[in-house]
Amino acid sequence: MRILNKKNIIAVLFILLIYAAGEIMLRQGIIDSYIELNIILIGINIILAVGLNLVTGFTGQFSLGHAAFMAVGAYTSAILTAKFNQPFIVAIIFSAIAAALAGVIIGIPTLRLKGDYLAIATLGFGEIVKILALNIDYIGGARGFMDIPKYTNWTWIYFMVVLSIVVIKNFIDSRGGRACISISQDETAAEAMGINTTKYKILAFVIGAFFAGIAGALYANYFYFIKPDSFGYMKSIDILVIVVFGGMGSIAGSVVGAIVLSLISLFLQSIPELRMVIYAVILFLIMVYRPQGLLGKGEIKLKFLRKRVA
Amino acid sequence: MPILKLNKVSITFGGLKAVSDIDMTIEKGQIVGVIGPNGAGKTTLFNLLTGMYVPTSGEILFDKGTSIKLNGLKPYKITSHGIARTFQNIRLFGDMTVLDNVKMGFHSRTKCGLFSSVIRLPSYYNEEKKVKEEAEELLKILNLDSKKNELAKNLPYGEQRRLEIARALASKPSILLLDEPAAGMNPNETKELTGFIAWVREKFDLTIILIEHDIKLVMGICNKVYVLNYGNLIAGGTPEEVQKNPQVIEAYIGSEGA
Repeated sequence: MRILNKKNIIAVLFILLIYAAGEIMLRQGIIDSYIELNIILIGINIILAVGLNLVTGFTGQFSLGHAAFMAVGAYTSAILTAKFNQPFIVAIIFSAIAAALAGVIIGIPTLRLKGDYLAIATLGFGEIVKILALNIDYIGGARGFMDIPKYTNWTWIYFMVVLSIVVIKNFIDSRGGRACISISQDETAAEAMGINTTKYKILAFVIGAFFAGIAGALYANYFYFIKPDSFGYMKSIDILVIVVFGGMGSIAGSVVGAIVLSLISLFLQSIPELRMVIYAVILFLIMVYRPQGLLGKGEIKLKFLRKRVA
Repeated sequence: MPILKLNKVSITFGGLKAVSDIDMTIEKGQIVGVIGPNGAGKTTLFNLLTGMYVPTSGEILFDKGTSIKLNGLKPYKITSHGIARTFQNIRLFGDMTVLDNVKMGFHSRTKCGLFSSVIRLPSYYNEEKKVKEEAEELLKILNLDSKKNELAKNLPYGEQRRLEIARALASKPSILLLDEPAAGMNPNETKELTGFIAWVREKFDLTIILIEHDIKLVMGICNKVYVLNYGNLIAGGTPEEVQKNPQVIEAYIGSEGA
């Protein structure tokens, strides 16, 4: 079977190796709980950024409401694990499905819009979700949702990151992915080439929302506590910054972007007064001197590994 | 039995009748020219045929064994029925490679879905392989295979025009619409293109409708010529007939009295 070709076997070994290394370092205490917290946050940001990159980077649809899908996932998972004592895997699956459904509902009317109009519409959607969460007492309202069981750990975060990257990468390298990229290049020409542009825009949106739902579930089940404010438009913009910083249209860029930006704000924590200023200056410089983002549209290939093994 | 028939097709934008009451009959296998001064409604006509605009009145019938009414269909549906086009101002997918541009043309003829692409079922590999082989073959025929891995935006102008035709051919159309294929070409290039269009028609068994300002090109290869002026069809017939038509002469060079 082609699935078991050399390239894929090496990729799987590589993935397992990183997982094992992380697990060993955790058990040995080389990674303390503070570093673990940051790794979890980076992982959640990677999942969010890779999903948003499919929508904004590859398909060219500017969305400012990505955190809302994360909120849908987080609250779904919180309800299922805290109120109904469901296992985490069930909660994750339903969170992803709930967020994807929200993606369909919001995608069908808004994706007729273009550019700035779409950005404003998605921004509005994000606020609607936040305000809904604020006003529903069942999920804690403004007080937040408390006592969510903690399930998220290195294993969950790592394999969910891998899942999101593999699924989105495989999608991009297929008939549907090419259709999405062509829409971002020239929508009129794409339609003339036989592409149902509405369908593919919604599909990209739904896949992005699906993974944002997973990210939300991982988030909720790590911090015991979630509140509507955590999923406001500032969070959406944070994710967008990662995507643009890493490179619109590069999955590796989103991964690198999430890691680099988290590390930058981590190192800046020792100078809290200037933290946001320096962070902003770094973003500014990158955009001036490398407007296409760190990796542009490039991807990191595992070729160097393959050569050594072969 | 004509392959394409337009019955009293009109479109109005606000109060402006951009195209009014056009009747056309296109026979299978012909090369049909559409000429007329700037703003006569030629590209609007193409946009009507490809579903980018919906006619205000009239009907467009496409014969594909059975007769299909095209007005009201979405552009991507019309493409999948077998009508492909190129654009006046080249519209390639600039940041995609030449090969990927041609692969886009296969979209309406392939069906690999989300699930089989993400899980990488054997059907995904088979289809990708087939698309790649056929796309490369097409590039070879159109003499673009040496550039297949270059980004489309980096090709010289003439090759971009050819790539646009290659991409349109990839959807296996029965009717090909060319919007000013010779725009921006010098007389030598135009002559070469004239031969190329006739050859493509033969090779892919097409019906071609082309908009062109270059009268030499139109008169050289078209079996039939339609002349538009201010959204009205003022003449239609063989190139010789059209050239002698007094209304056509008036539209192009003004009436004798003026």
